[in-house]
Amino acid sequence: MKPTYKRRRMVQGLMAFTAMALLPMRLFAARNVPAFKATAYDNAVKALFGDKSITASDKVTLKVPDIAENGAVVPATVSTTMEGVKSITLLVVENPNPLSARFNLTPNVSPAISTRIKMGNSSDVVAAVETDSGVFTATKNVKVTIGGCGG
Amino acid sequence: MAKAVKIRAKLKGDVAAVKSLMPHPMETGTRKDEAGNVIPAHFIKTVTCEHNGEVILVADWGASVSKNPYFSFEVKAAKSGDSIKVGWVDNLGETSSGETTLK
Repeated sequence: MKPTYKRRRMVQGLMAFTAMALLPMRLFAARNVPAFKATAYDNAVKALFGDKSITASDKVTLKVPDIAENGAVVPATVSTTMEGVKSITLLVVENPNPLSARFNLTPNVSPAISTRIKMGNSSDVVAAVETDSGVFTATKNVKVTIGGCGG
Repeated sequence: MAKAVKIRAKLKGDVAAVKSLMPHPMETGTRKDEAGNVIPAHFIKTVTCEHNGEVILVADWGASVSKNPYFSFEVKAAKSGDSIKVGWVDNLGETSSGETTLK
C-alpha cells in the first residue's frame, strides 16, 4: 500500500474532472447580466463591448420590416460577410431593456441568424457583429403600429 | 414539463439550415393580468445548439424575444446522418430540447 500515490491519483482525477466540467464554459463568455439589466441603450452597449471600437458597416446585413403591425412579433435576421465572427447581438434602442439577444458563435456555424423580437414602440434596431478587429453594426428603424391596420 | 423544441434541418451541400421553434410563454415580468396583478417573468435565458454532441452556438436571451421563440441558424461542415440538437434553460430553471438527424 502506498497511500501517497493513491491520494495523488485522486487529486489528479479530481483535477481532470474539474477541467472537463469547465471546458465547455470557457468556450463562451458567461451571460452578461449587467448588459441584460441595462435600461439605457448606451449602458447596454458599454456593458457588452467596453472600450472596443464600434463602427457602422455595410458588411452587416440587418433585415427587419419597415413597419411592424404587431410589436410583439418582429422578425429579425442578421448576417454578415465578415470572417471570424465571435458574436451577434440584437438591440432595440427604445425597449425598457435594450439588449434582446446575444448569439455566441463558433467557426462551425455561419454568421447568419434569424429570430423574432418584441418591440414596445417604434425604435431603431441595432445588429452588432463582434470580430477580433472590433464591433460592426447595422441599424434600421422599425415603426410599430399596435392595433392599427398597417397604416 | 416544458414542451419539446420543434426542430427542422435541411442539408444543402455541406451546410445545414436549421429552424427551431420553442413553445414558451416568454413573460417579461412587466405585464399585468386582468385583476392588475403583475405576471411574473418567465423567459428562456440560454439556448444551446449542438452538432453531433459538440456545442457550436450558445445564445443568451432577454425577455424581449417573442413568445414561442423562433430561431434559425446554419451549421457548416454538416453531412447526412449528423445530429443537430437545440436545448434551452429558462429563468425558472426549466429545460427542454429537440433533436433531429440530417437526411
